[in-house]
Amino acid sequence: MDNGKLDVTKAIEAVKRIKDIVDANKEYLTELDSAIGDADHGINMSRGFTKALEKVKSNEYNDIGSVFKDVAMTLMSTVGGAAGPLYGTFFMKASMKLAAQKEADLSLLAQAFREGLQGVVALGKAQLSDKTMVDALTPAVEALESAAKDGLTLKQGLEKALAMAEKGMKDTIPMVARKGRASYLGERSAGHQDPGATSSYLILKAFYDALEG
Amino acid sequence: MIGILVVCHSFKASSGIAEIALQMAGEKARVVGVGGNEEGGIGTSTGKIYEALLDLLDECDGIVILPDLGSAVLSAKAALDFLEEEQKSRVLIADAPVLEGAVMAVVEASTGSSLEKVKQVAEEAHSLKKLRV
Ligand SMILES: Nc1ncnc2c1ncn2[C@@H]1O[C@H](COP(=O)(O)OP(=O)(O)OP(=O)(O)O)[C@@H](O)[C@H]1O
Ligand SMILES: [Mg+2]
Repeated sequence: MDNGKLDVTKAIEAVKRIKDIVDANKEYLTELDSAIGDADHGINMSRGFTKALEKVKSNEYNDIGSVFKDVAMTLMSTVGGAAGPLYGTFFMKASMKLAAQKEADLSLLAQAFREGLQGVVALGKAQLSDKTMVDALTPAVEALESAAKDGLTLKQGLEKALAMAEKGMKDTIPMVARKGRASYLGERSAGHQDPGATSSYLILKAFYDALEG
Repeated sequence: MIGILVVCHSFKASSGIAEIALQMAGEKARVVGVGGNEEGGIGTSTGKIYEALLDLLDECDGIVILPDLGSAVLSAKAALDFLEEEQKSRVLIADAPVLEGAVMAVVEASTGSSLEKVKQVAEEAHSLKKLRV
């Protein structure tokens, strides 16, 4: 019976869905990155998650932490841009919280994603409104936490997180970038949606979709 | 001896910079370049940097990393997290112009200076003037 939690099968399904949604949006992400970066974000993310999916499919897992850890290690080495160490750290820190866990409910996943976000901030030093993935991830993690407090299911929590991530992503449009390659553009970075905030939204969407079944 | 690890988005750039810097110090110094993504394209890879660090840590007392931009810094920092504490304590990242920093660092390293001193000298490359009025 499906208890609505994220188990190993669904965690692997989530990786597959991330790969699919990133592939489907590869050109879009690259287009966003060509406006304020070096036009490689879609290619980077697609390469990273293709390798991550290969990795998790080739392994047997007893806990979801190990799935997240393999994703982390693969992203760090294969993405190639800033998103590699950043998302790699996100999944790595989250994996520590999920170590030895067979499944995660909303509360545990919220804690894991909070750890992940803290890792991203510790590494990249981005603050809110610096026009980065942090602007989408932060409201999403906050939404997960408050949904957990309200006793919602994992699926309901992810739905709220997704809505907040989408808002955070759109809110990056008027921002002036203060971190990453886009910061070299200064004021000219305003008026464009941040590619990393967009991929963060897509990753959350994939987690949400993975829990559909 | 303190080794220098040049981290660039292009392997060619990193090895070219290493070559230029080495010319200043000859056999006494150790400068290695690492760069490019896993497929050899433009980018950086935490895995590649980690392996380069392991090799250099075997040969050197300490390592100063000189990253070029953006993900070179993030990937280098992420690679440090995979080292053991003892190894990690022998590596510093310098915030410096990468070519000038590498040249100055290698000259300093070849005089037998400490890890901290080599990093400091690399960072002083910020104030180098090329054109004087
Ligand atoms: N310091 C940072 N903190 C948080 N997010 C960051 C930081 N730097 C970049 N980003 C995010 O990464 C995204 C870009 O990812 P991408 O993989 O295209 O890296 P890149 O900028 O091309 O890397 P590189 O530094 O190698 O040029 C940005 O849109 C932004 O959201
Ligand atoms: Mg880019």
